[in-house]
Amino acid sequence: MPNILVVEDSATMRQLISFAMKRIHGARVIESTDGVDALKKLSSEKIDLILADINMPVMDGLKLVSLVRGNPVYKNIPIIIITTEGAEEDKKRALAIGANAYLSKPIQTQDLIKLVNGFIS
Amino acid sequence: MEKEGNITKKADEFLQIFKKGEEFTKELLKENERLRFRIAQLEETVEQSHNEERIKLYEERIKMLEEEHNSLLEKYRQVEEENKDFASKYVEVEAENNNLANLYVASYQLHSTLDFNEVLRIVLEIIINLIGAEEFAIFLMDDKTNELIPVTSEGLPLHDIPRIKIGEGIVGTVAKEGEGYFSEDIANASEIDARNPLVCIPLKIKEHVIGVISIYTLFVQKTTFSNVDYELFNLLAGHAATAIFSSKLYTQSERKLTTIQSFLDLLKEKPKR
Repeated sequence: MPNILVVEDSATMRQLISFAMKRIHGARVIESTDGVDALKKLSSEKIDLILADINMPVMDGLKLVSLVRGNPVYKNIPIIIITTEGAEEDKKRALAIGANAYLSKPIQTQDLIKLVNGFIS
Repeated sequence: MEKEGNITKKADEFLQIFKKGEEFTKELLKENERLRFRIAQLEETVEQSHNEERIKLYEERIKMLEEEHNSLLEKYRQVEEENKDFASKYVEVEAENNNLANLYVASYQLHSTLDFNEVLRIVLEIIINLIGAEEFAIFLMDDKTNELIPVTSEGLPLHDIPRIKIGEGIVGTVAKEGEGYFSEDIANASEIDARNPLVCIPLKIKEHVIGVISIYTLFVQKTTFSNVDYELFNLLAGHAATAIFSSKLYTQSERKLTTIQSFLDLLKEKPKR
């Protein structure tokens, strides 16, 4: 049963992503509102995949990715970045800091499910 | 002598009879041979006719199997066709399902609070995350001045957005007529003009317009509007209007209630002095 950590400050997006993840068989969604909260959840739960927004208060998605990649315990967890930026250089930046994949808003649910399935199946 | 002659005569007669018997036997043997040959011929003919019948039967069987094969191929083709239909319907249902999920989430979030600022924040979130707008503003109608007043914005400083009179530009026209406006060329947004957005949605409670949502630019990756976007615009027109209006009333009444409560507390305290 994969545990998916959704790190997103927008309640609308969190609910939408959780809805989509329920369609992945057996997936359990753990929600976080920012990077700091996500790090707490990482230490208390076994996480199989992280879906993180870039623009968040307290600690943004980019900082979260670099901290996760710098930690030997969590460094292999796949990370998918979700953000409003759609330009090629933004994608490259997200991938350069260690994200495994990138999705631009507004996200298409079927694309998200396909992407997540690729990492957890 | 006479006896000898009789014996010779009888012997000749016997010889004659014997010869005849011999000839008859030869004829019988010949006839027997002929009949055997005939039987063999007949047997061959019968066997041949059996073979022909068998071939005929086999040919019929082959024909039947070919027909069956063709009908199975036809059925396979039909099933294949149905399969394609189901696959495309499945994709459609999936897309519809996703759209409904988006609409459900938007509607659920809009009605999840009675706090005016919170509702405005949720409307912003929906427009950013579900529609993909980068720069936009929400205007509310001031019935006293007949003007649209910007109450919140994204990507644009609120103080830079002017008040707009009813009927002025696209925004004013949408507020006046209550019909949404969608620019045909959304990918090539030119300079921002607060009165003339790419998209303008009236916020309506029944037929009464309480404000508008004006979208000026979209994210670079958002180049077209899909069906769900129009559904979301419709949802925002109704549900966002109700949520904004009711939360505004609730917040105002809460404020009044607090004022009245404070006043009553003051009155209660007065006799003690």
